[in-house]
Amino acid sequence: MPLEITGLVKRFGRGAEAREVLRGIDLRLAPGECFALLGPNGAGKTTTLRCALGLTSASAGSIRLCGLPVPEQAREARARVGVVPQLDSLDPDFTCAENLVVFAGYFGIRDSEIRPRIPELLAFAGLEGKDNAPIQSLSGGMKRRLTLARALVNKPELLILDEPTTGLDPQARHLIWERLRRLTAAGTTILLTTHFMDEAERLAHRLAILDDGRILTEGSPREVIAAHIEPQVVEVFGEWKGSGAAAWAAEHAGALSRRCEISGETAFCYTDDASPLLAHLAHQPGLRTLHRPANLEDVFLKLTGRELRD
Amino acid sequence: MTLHHFAPPRLSPRLFAVWRRNFLVWRKLALPSIVGNLADPVIYMLGLGYGLGMLVPEVEGVSYIAFLAGGTLCYSTMNAATFETLYSGFSRMHVQKTWEAIMNAPVALDDIVAAELIWAASKACMAGMAILAVIAAFGFTASSLALAAIPVVFLTGLCFAALGLIMTALAPSYDFFMYYFTLFVTPMTMLSGVFFPQSQLPDAVRGVADQLPLAHAVSLVRPLLLGQVPQQIGLHLAVLTAVTVLAFWLALALTRRRLLK
Repeated sequence: MPLEITGLVKRFGRGAEAREVLRGIDLRLAPGECFALLGPNGAGKTTTLRCALGLTSASAGSIRLCGLPVPEQAREARARVGVVPQLDSLDPDFTCAENLVVFAGYFGIRDSEIRPRIPELLAFAGLEGKDNAPIQSLSGGMKRRLTLARALVNKPELLILDEPTTGLDPQARHLIWERLRRLTAAGTTILLTTHFMDEAERLAHRLAILDDGRILTEGSPREVIAAHIEPQVVEVFGEWKGSGAAAWAAEHAGALSRRCEISGETAFCYTDDASPLLAHLAHQPGLRTLHRPANLEDVFLKLTGRELRD
Repeated sequence: MTLHHFAPPRLSPRLFAVWRRNFLVWRKLALPSIVGNLADPVIYMLGLGYGLGMLVPEVEGVSYIAFLAGGTLCYSTMNAATFETLYSGFSRMHVQKTWEAIMNAPVALDDIVAAELIWAASKACMAGMAILAVIAAFGFTASSLALAAIPVVFLTGLCFAALGLIMTALAPSYDFFMYYFTLFVTPMTMLSGVFFPQSQLPDAVRGVADQLPLAHAVSLVRPLLLGQVPQQIGLHLAVLTAVTVLAFWLALALTRRRLLK
C-alpha cells in the first residue's frame, strides 16, 4: 500500500498551550489511485503530508509510507516518493536541466543516469528545449511544471502534491491536470491536497474532506455528493420587494426547498426536485436564478461552514 | 527545546550531494566570489602592513606586515565561513526554501546542516588558500611549514561555520546577523591578536581573549607562516575542535526545533 495512516494525532506545543491540529486521521491509499485531501486553510492538510513524509513527528498513531514505517525508515520511504511542495523551491542559481540533475543527486542517482532522461522529463512538463533556461525566465506555471518534473526524477511510486495548481491560470491548471491523469494511467499513485473542488472532482478517484484536524467524509466524488447533499441546487439572487434574496428566502424557501442557506446576497436552495421552486421564481421578476446539479463545493461548504478561514 | 532535539546527528553519504549543490552554485560565481573574499583582506593587509609598518618597524621580531599575514589569513577565513553560513545559509534555508526541497528527497535535515558546515569550511579554505598564495607571492612567508596552515584554516572554517549555523538557526531575518558581527565577530577580531600581539592587552581582558577560538587559530597559523613550529599545538587544535563539535550540535538542535515541527 503506498500510504497507510492510522489514528494520526499531531499536537503543537506542550501543556496548557498544546494545540491539536490533527485529531485522529485514518487514510489508506490504494495503488494507482488519485486521492484528494480537501479542506479549508488550517484544516491540517499540509501537516498530514509532513507527518506522512516523516518531516515532523506524530504525537500518536502510525504511518506506513510505501510499506515502510515512518519516521523510523522515512528516508528509505522518501526514496520512492515524489513531492511537489506548495511553495516554489526551485534552485534559482541553476538552469532547468541543472535543477533536475542536482535534485536527482539527492536520491543517489548518478549524472550519467539522469542526463539521458532530461529531455523526456522536460517534455513531460511541457518545457521542451528549456534545458538551459534560467529559472528566473520561467512563468509561475512553468515553474510548477518543472517542480513536477523534479518530483519524477526518482520514478516515484507515490506522488504527493500540496496544492499543485494554487496561483496558476486556467491554461496552466488544465495542463497540470492532464499530466497528472497521465501519471495515474501509468500506475503512479497520487495524493494531492487542494481547496479547488473542481480539481478534486476532475482528478480524484477518492477524496476526503478534512476540517479542524478530522476527516468529515470520505469516498468517491459521486458518493460524497450523494451521501451529503440534495441533488439539485437553485441559487437565487437579486431584488425582491425592495429587499434582497434573503427576504424572499425567509418567506418562501422553506416551503419550496428541502434546505436553504444564505451566503452574502445569494440564497442556495437545495432540493430533490427543483420544478415547483423554478415555477414560483418565474413569477418573481427582480430575482435571478441559477439552476445546477449539486457539486462537491456544496458538500464542502455544508460540512465546513461558510464563514471565512484565515 | 526538548531533549530529542539534542539527539546525536544521524548522517548519510547523501550529505555530499548537498555539498555538491553548493559547490556547483559557487563554481558559477567563483571568480567574483574569490575576488570578494580576497580583495578586502589583502587590501587591509597591504594597507596596514605597509602604512603602519613604517611606524612599527618590528613586532615580535618580524616586520609588521609579516606579523599581520597570519592574522589576516585567520580572520578572513573566519569571515568567509561566517558570511557563508549566515547570509547564504539563511537564503537557502529560509528564503529560497532549498532545504525544504532537499528534505523531500531521502536526505535528512542532519545531512543538510552537516553539508552546510563542511561546505562553508571548504569555501573558507579556498579563500584562505588564495590569500596564502598572495602572502607567498609577496614574500611574507618563505617556509614550507606554511602549507601546514591549510588544514588549520579548514578547521578554523569548520569552527566558525558551526558558530554561524547557530545564528542562522535563530535568525528571524537578515538584520539579526548584525548583532553577531558587532557583538561577537568584531570584538573577537580585536582581541585575538590579529592586528597586534595579545600581550598588549590588559591582564583582565587577556584572560578572556585567550579563550577565543580565533586566538587559537592565530596561535597556530602565525608561527607556521613564519616558519616556526607553534607551541601548545594540541591545546589549540583541541579547542577549535571542541568549539566546532559543540557549536554544530547546538546549531543542529536549534535547526531541528525550527524546521521539523
